[in-house]
Amino acid sequence: MHAGIIFLLVIIGSILFHIFTPWYWTDIASNWKGMDDTITLTFWVGGGVFVAVCLFMIYCVFRYQHKEGRRAEYKPEDKKLEKILTWATTLGVAALLAPGLIIWNQYVNVPKNAIEVDVMAWQWGWQYRLPGKDGKLGTTQVRNIADNNPFGINPDDPFGKDDIMVESDVINLENNRPVKILLRSVDVLHNWYVPQFRAKMDAVPGTVTFYWFEPNKVGEYEVLCAEYCGVGHYAMRGGVEVQDKADYEVWLGEQETFEQLSARYEKLNVDGNKLAKK
Amino acid sequence: MSDEYGNNKSYQAQSSEVMDGSTGSVNPDIDYVRPSEVGEQELYHPHSFIEKWVFCQDAKVIGVQYFLTAVFTGVVGLILSWLMRLQLGFPELAGFMTAEHYYQFVTMHGMIMVVYFLTALFLGGFGNYLIPLMVGARDMVFPYVNMLSFWMFFVAVAVLMASFFVPGGPTGAGWTLYPPQTILEGTPGAGMGILLMLISLSLFVIGFTMGGLNYMITILQARTRGMTLMRMPLTVWGIFTATVLAMLAFPALLVSAIMMTLDKVLQTSFFMPTILKAGEVLEYGGGSPILFQHLFWFFGHPEVYIVALPAFGIVSDLISVHARKNIFGYRMMVWAIVGIGALSFFVWAHHMYVSGMNPWFGFFFATTTLIIAVPTAMKVYNWILTLWRGNIRINVVMLWCLGFIVTFVNGGITGIFLGNVSVDVPLSDTYFVIAHFHMVMGIAPLMVIMGAVYHWFPLVAGKMLDEGLGKWHFWITFLGAYSIYFPMHYLGFIGVPRRYFEMYDSPYMTSAVGMNEFISIAAFIVGAAQFILIFNIIKTLKTGKKAEQNPWKANSLEWYTSTVPPEHGNFGDRLPVVHRWPYDFSVPGAKEDYIPQTTAPSEVIHTEVEKT
Repeated sequence: MHAGIIFLLVIIGSILFHIFTPWYWTDIASNWKGMDDTITLTFWVGGGVFVAVCLFMIYCVFRYQHKEGRRAEYKPEDKKLEKILTWATTLGVAALLAPGLIIWNQYVNVPKNAIEVDVMAWQWGWQYRLPGKDGKLGTTQVRNIADNNPFGINPDDPFGKDDIMVESDVINLENNRPVKILLRSVDVLHNWYVPQFRAKMDAVPGTVTFYWFEPNKVGEYEVLCAEYCGVGHYAMRGGVEVQDKADYEVWLGEQETFEQLSARYEKLNVDGNKLAKK
Repeated sequence: MSDEYGNNKSYQAQSSEVMDGSTGSVNPDIDYVRPSEVGEQELYHPHSFIEKWVFCQDAKVIGVQYFLTAVFTGVVGLILSWLMRLQLGFPELAGFMTAEHYYQFVTMHGMIMVVYFLTALFLGGFGNYLIPLMVGARDMVFPYVNMLSFWMFFVAVAVLMASFFVPGGPTGAGWTLYPPQTILEGTPGAGMGILLMLISLSLFVIGFTMGGLNYMITILQARTRGMTLMRMPLTVWGIFTATVLAMLAFPALLVSAIMMTLDKVLQTSFFMPTILKAGEVLEYGGGSPILFQHLFWFFGHPEVYIVALPAFGIVSDLISVHARKNIFGYRMMVWAIVGIGALSFFVWAHHMYVSGMNPWFGFFFATTTLIIAVPTAMKVYNWILTLWRGNIRINVVMLWCLGFIVTFVNGGITGIFLGNVSVDVPLSDTYFVIAHFHMVMGIAPLMVIMGAVYHWFPLVAGKMLDEGLGKWHFWITFLGAYSIYFPMHYLGFIGVPRRYFEMYDSPYMTSAVGMNEFISIAAFIVGAAQFILIFNIIKTLKTGKKAEQNPWKANSLEWYTSTVPPEHGNFGDRLPVVHRWPYDFSVPGAKEDYIPQTTAPSEVIHTEVEKT
């Protein structure tokens, strides 16, 4: 008898833990509420199945405990019951899959008005680049990367000249404006992840990956690397600051373009050469 | 599926011929079983101690050798998990541990537990011991190759363990070994460590292929008279299907290991794109890191079922025997095992939703993944419907089975979260994933292994394990493991990422500190509780109660050997002849509540048994 009671307590404990847990998701700060909702739906359906199956099992343990002389039922199959269960399960699974796929469809289709942010990852840190007035990012190549060209922008690409270089591991974003995160890595896999935005994607060296979201809460957030990238993985943090349009414009105005950065380095070089000559 | 149901129908036509005992007219051919088409296998009997216990060709000894070697690796894996939990729960006590150490422990723990412990234990251990006995064969069909299989595995384990002692230590690349970091500076053990890992895996695959061919061909070709495929115990079905999966999946691991070795040693670029490290462009270019992930998971997902299917099979048999009731929906169970096995080759990229592969793959792989939930759910229903109206012995074996059902359903449900592509996005790479796969392919199969140990120990050793110690072992393990992994899901909801040596002070992570301490304490206790089993085994071997033949009153052939424990050749002078499935429990009209597979229909003429 006692075995059934302990199993019952485990199930009740699980339900209570879920209701009273202080550990739950962070306040969402992006448009992906649909992901949270699908999780909640899956919780209800899946949790219901878990509890039902376990309670049925516990009932059997109590009700059909071994007694000498009693015989179990002999019934190898029950076609009808098996059919009902198969179809019910199929329906339940389909009901969970449908919202999942609908949201995935939104996730892979980036809105046209999204601003592109180039996130470049390396062992172990982040840096960012925004398109300039032309709204287009210049093309890049790993081999071009140097002190005066931290993103490896192709020098002859006209779109690259006005690209805005954010030389910081914190990027500012405009509230309520969709962002398309373009992910690049110069060495190994990384993943630019802000728990409050829910979204994530790996940065893969040799290719550019992407995802999008729309921040909808002003504030500062921590960026974590979510794909193991060597010993410094756990320390590979960054930041995001979501600002209102006005504040964001001010911040944007303070950033340097690729042209300005190149010029600054040239001047540094010239000055350096002059110093050396002296 | 439609073909399968077509087959079912023709089969059902046979099985509906319920024998009518009341008329008294006995068909003289009622006991007829088709004669054997081939002669008996000649066995090579050992001549010396070494041939009997070291380089042995008896599948039962090889099974025990596999079992003990796998358990040794499992203990190493367990100790590594303790060290990891010490760092996560009580970093102030783990001052000796650097991030390098931590990642090396994470990696070795994962690889050891999945490949060298679980896979070797289920297929090499239980497979070797049980297949010939359960199908009524004298041994595996290629005993010499079978012996080589174990020794190849042994060398693979030795190479793996050697990597702890080479300069730079074992690889710390994570058990998934994702390039490019795996073979680059910045990852611990990127020199000798990773090379030894790749060599060890290759040896494992080679050795495993030798064993796998044996399991498959023995099941297909060496079954005794009357042992039709649809009369095989589900244990054999599970191990058989898992072996077929392994034969198809392990080559993908082998080629990826070879390619990565070439990338490491000869600077080829199968998986290596242009890379900038420490301001210098490396001599790589044009390779694809994602290609490796496809290859790895093409192996890695079937691997989950290579572990799960034998567990499904074994637990079905344990539940049926100890509930004294036929397994509910045997044919559905067989088709579910085969169906899950086939589907498992079409779901691999659900491990890669956020890997940067073409995002349109997500639709396909989410659909296939959720389809696989249907046959899996059917198996769960059939287990609990086997308990329903049974006559359930609540002994230690049954407790492990019940623990399996709870943990497996829990882990299966969280699989639906992760398989459902867009739900996976916030949860992937967090502790939710850790909790999910430990529950479903760590704890659940472990419950079955433990149940199987208590169930078959009387056969292997001829003595009964102590029930009281067994109950302590079960309850500490079950309650402890559940309280490790159930709350861990909630860390994942917070967003705590996996493979973090240290959390620092992220505001939403500080609340996780208390839980991490709790989980670590539970992990120490659960790990320590496993030594109860080792103590129990030693105690039983020394002073334990002698087991009678067939102590559980089971029907399958392994309990009907000429001696207990069975000797080389298993069945004495004559191989058994099989007349029925192994699940004729509590048949109305029968004297006992079980009818062994070897009982001829004419001996139980007054029963209402269904023909199988």
